[in-house]
Amino acid sequence: MLRKRIIPCLDIKNGRTVKGINFKGLRDAGDPVELAKQYAHFGADELVFLDISATIEERKTMRDMVLKVAEQINIPFTVGGGISSVEDVAQLLHCGADKISINSSAVTSPNLINELSSKFGSQCVVVAIDAKQVDGEWMVHLAGGTIPTTINLFDWAKEVAYRGAGEILFTSMNNDGTKLGFANPALAQLSKLVNIPIIASGGAGSTEHFVDAFKIGHADAALAASVFHFGEISISDLKKELNKNQIPVRL
Amino acid sequence: MNVVIVDYGAGNIKSIQFAFKRLGIDAKLSNHVECITKADRVIFPGVGEASSAMAMLEQSGLDTLIPQLKQPVLGICLGMQLMCNASEEGYTDGMGIFDVNVKRFSNDVKVPQMGWNTIDNLKSDLFRNIREHEFMYLIHSFYAEMNDQCIATSTYGMNYASALRKDNFYGVQFHPEKSSLAGEQLLKNFLEL
Repeated sequence: MLRKRIIPCLDIKNGRTVKGINFKGLRDAGDPVELAKQYAHFGADELVFLDISATIEERKTMRDMVLKVAEQINIPFTVGGGISSVEDVAQLLHCGADKISINSSAVTSPNLINELSSKFGSQCVVVAIDAKQVDGEWMVHLAGGTIPTTINLFDWAKEVAYRGAGEILFTSMNNDGTKLGFANPALAQLSKLVNIPIIASGGAGSTEHFVDAFKIGHADAALAASVFHFGEISISDLKKELNKNQIPVRL
Repeated sequence: MNVVIVDYGAGNIKSIQFAFKRLGIDAKLSNHVECITKADRVIFPGVGEASSAMAMLEQSGLDTLIPQLKQPVLGICLGMQLMCNASEEGYTDGMGIFDVNVKRFSNDVKVPQMGWNTIDNLKSDLFRNIREHEFMYLIHSFYAEMNDQCIATSTYGMNYASALRKDNFYGVQFHPEKSSLAGEQLLKNFLEL
């Protein structure tokens, strides 16, 4: 049986991890490779690296980082942030990324999804969707949730699946940063609507939240950042708890 | 040991090269007949779409070379699928090494299958020191049906062949280069066959 996945997300700027990372036993908490190794060792199923660089120079550094991660890490990883062309993707895959994730660029030029999936295969194309519930309706937001659109989350999810996305990474802006749990009703609706895997993101604060994302939200994977980085939840303990709750995980 | 990874323009092969590097082996990338023929071990990778990958193989003549190789050959993911008779992906013929067809998963399950699944009913030295029901990383929409060349099975909606063997030819649907320590053990076993 296919297992549910736990995915830590690392924000990267100029080749270094950002946000205070408070991980015991790390010599250099800013080094993405060392942090990735630690996560892989404790049972992370995949990793996501999100490039929040602002300049072209910093983006080049990101490719060097991808190469180093691919050299040393023996689990799959996704790279996202600022990817807007077939050429960007070709370079990242060439450096050893397993999957890439696109967000705003998919909304501004939806055909990019078709181009990427036909050139590189659906399996490496993750479409990240940030959405916020406004007056009861889930609306897609761009640029890290700062720019609202008139696009409905569920319409957009159906379209990206139809265009060849291999996976959807859904972040609820309402839940992100709250540590009050994932957006389970929206997750469940997404999971029913499209036949590709859904990664839940935004709101993780406790082990129970992960249980709910899988049991109520029917997510295929759950992603979190700060609860892992600050050591509030250990991945190995989390997976043991999920297993106790009859959620199939890799132990 | 002289390990050659067949480089015919299909997908992310750097990960496989890095996986061997972690085992202390400097694997070469090549599409040259002589280089591939002389190798001690040949890795036949593949990520992407079956009919276009097969077209690339035909262009370079590798589709006739590979079935004639005498040393141990390991097909990975799409590589394994192209070693089968035919694939529903782009309705292409394969190289016919494994006597089995490749089909698309039904929509009763999420497609692609993406993540960690177990490999069961292990039947080969390729799996030495790998426990029954070990986890491997899989990412695929098409699968090889069960047949008598099957050396490992997995379950996703139904049972299918997650590894195949015929003589010196081995194929695995999962990605050993991305499957943590168990995957590394499998690559090590392949070198020791």
